[in-house]
Amino acid sequence: MKSILTHQLFRRFITAAAVLAVVAVMTGPAGSTEAPTAGFTGSFSERSSFFGFFETVRWVPFLFLALVFFGVWTLWLSRGAQIKSGVSQVMQVPRAATQRRPVRWGIGVVLLFVALILPHVINDPFWQAAMVEQIAVYVLLAIGLNVVVGFAGLLDLGFVAFYAIGAYVTAWVTGALPTPPLFGIHMDPFFAIPIAIVIVMVAGIVLGVPTLRLRGDYLAIVTLGFGEIITIFANNLYGITGGSQGTSLIPHFSLHIGPIKYVWGLAPVPYYYLTLVFVVIFLLAFSLLEHSRVGRAWTAIREDEVAAESVGINPLKYKVMAFAIGASTAGFAGVVTASQSNNIFPSSFSLAFSINILVLVIFGGMGSIFGVVLGALLIQTGSMYLLHSPPAGYQSSDLYIYLGALLVVMMIFRPAGLVPSRRRRREIVLSEAGEGHMNEVLTGDQP
Amino acid sequence: MGGFGHYLASHLVTMRKEFWFLFVGGVANGFLYGMVAVGYTLVYGVLRLINFAHSEIFMSGGFAGYFVMKALIGTSSPNGFATVYLIIIGIVAGGVVGAVVATLLERVAYRPLRKRNAPKLAYLISAIGASYFLFNMAGKEFGRYSISVPQPYINHTVFTIFGAPVQLYYIVILIAGVIMLLGLDRVVATTKLGRSIRAVAQDAETASLMGVNIDRTIALTFIVGGALGGAAGFLFGLGTGVVYTMGFTPALKAFTAAVLGGIGNLRGAMIGGLLLGVAESLSVVFVQAAYIDVVAFGILVAVLLFRPTGILGERLGRAA
Repeated sequence: MKSILTHQLFRRFITAAAVLAVVAVMTGPAGSTEAPTAGFTGSFSERSSFFGFFETVRWVPFLFLALVFFGVWTLWLSRGAQIKSGVSQVMQVPRAATQRRPVRWGIGVVLLFVALILPHVINDPFWQAAMVEQIAVYVLLAIGLNVVVGFAGLLDLGFVAFYAIGAYVTAWVTGALPTPPLFGIHMDPFFAIPIAIVIVMVAGIVLGVPTLRLRGDYLAIVTLGFGEIITIFANNLYGITGGSQGTSLIPHFSLHIGPIKYVWGLAPVPYYYLTLVFVVIFLLAFSLLEHSRVGRAWTAIREDEVAAESVGINPLKYKVMAFAIGASTAGFAGVVTASQSNNIFPSSFSLAFSINILVLVIFGGMGSIFGVVLGALLIQTGSMYLLHSPPAGYQSSDLYIYLGALLVVMMIFRPAGLVPSRRRRREIVLSEAGEGHMNEVLTGDQP
Repeated sequence: MGGFGHYLASHLVTMRKEFWFLFVGGVANGFLYGMVAVGYTLVYGVLRLINFAHSEIFMSGGFAGYFVMKALIGTSSPNGFATVYLIIIGIVAGGVVGAVVATLLERVAYRPLRKRNAPKLAYLISAIGASYFLFNMAGKEFGRYSISVPQPYINHTVFTIFGAPVQLYYIVILIAGVIMLLGLDRVVATTKLGRSIRAVAQDAETASLMGVNIDRTIALTFIVGGALGGAAGFLFGLGTGVVYTMGFTPALKAFTAAVLGGIGNLRGAMIGGLLLGVAESLSVVFVQAAYIDVVAFGILVAVLLFRPTGILGERLGRAA
């Protein structure tokens, strides 16, 4: 009996079954305090269709999936190395091709073209709105957080604070708050962009200078607290922020250049193009930054702070810089969302928002701009799909269960992300081997 | 000058009137913070990491207590000995569930990374993911609304101290807190488990050479910290009610308490918790109640700025 319980295959099967049981509960019906077991029992005993073939109780398909998972796992353990090397050999050609600059530019132009015609292909109003509010803006936020988390290796959990500051600055500058606007005039949201970015960067510096000297985990918790504090202030300073009601008087963007006059309205497509322009600008700026002197300083600090300091890099200066630059995109995104939706509520600036952006960066690949954009597109499209046509038993807040689980799974199985930055992957491999054995690892890692 | 002087003077008068009242509430809160803070400090000692998911251990203890109280009390109103054993059962339930959640957390979110010697950022991210997963899962299964816990006693003022009423609820927290924190202190200082925890905290590699089973010690550390966190969750829920997001703010404050006392320092965490609880409670005189959380955050930033090693200093692996 004991030999069965400790047998490797048995343990593996139990683990596979446990994982699928958790998935069953995650996707199952909800419970309540009155019926706390309803969610759990319902997850297994509720009737559902077996991939559309026939109806059965839920535990049957999940047991089947557990068996499949067990099989794949066992196969991976015996053939995994072979499959990996095979895939990496096949990927050799495209990987080498994407290294070349003309190919990269070509891909970029094609993607930009797709992005330009996309709103004319998709006519569904839900998706057109989602493309601006939930996808384009989130891509922007993700590439901003990528500077902080990916380039500089700092964990910022209060990204939402800068987004909120951006939104409130827009409301302030355009005269939508109880506070008198800047210079006493109601400005167009376009003017809010530079003002918001400057204020957000200053906030980033003020928060960053004291905390960035400290260990990384302290930074995470201080930024976490900062995100909450901003919401508390926004909620309670009635005379300044409008309190929990927020404001709904923020005007749309409008453009007056000589005879040209254009006003962005309720339609999402013009906002899509406006955001796209800024996404492209930030993308170009950050990819130039990555390989600039500053970007190399970030890499150096991330890899070995002491060594970086010894060659004359001031870690604090560069960390604060990354923090402020990353925050600027959040500030900008705040301007766009505030102006597009005309209203802001303190309750929308929650921790969930920061975590959501973090998931985009981690899933796509810390430090890899292409990866982060891809990750943001995939996850946000997925979560919008869940919102648009929710499966049975899904509540909109369940999204965060999946996002949380995704973070853990990524850290266990693919810490460098979907499309890893080469540098990041190498760092993780080095760290895992103990940094002392660099050569050994390098020879082992190279194909 | 006159304005501010007047402001301060009027508030000091309020302070003198309300001091003991606020102080009693602050001490009770302080014990709860201390019980959660030792969880942070213990895990920090063995792993050199902030356990971001500790708030969910607290939350699960709260829910465990709620369900046990609901099952045992129903609509009756217990008193006398019934109260005593109900509270003990509640604490045990909270502690056991807290310890189970902590163990699962260590197994799933930490151990695979530790086996791979992953970079620190990976641990933080995985812990945040686990925390997010856990509390949203609780929201799904138990409803996303706040609910009050059936009371094992009729809360009343037992005695007064300088005219300030001391409620039964505070006395329960005080007794439970003192017993558990003293117990923990003794366990870490005198037992074999405590010795191995201290050894791993001082130098994990050497400890393993000396025959300390590191995996087992880390797992037990999570269990001990989790049990206290879960018990604190039950006691907190008794007064404030339970909701799936209940862990966030108390855990952030408990972390502040741990840093205030000196992270890794067990007695520091206890003292930090008490200090923070009292300071926060007294600050009501000067700021509106809505900004109480801001005060704790301000203390955290101030400590990190001026004395990042805390009041008692970071002391990893020494007997308290």
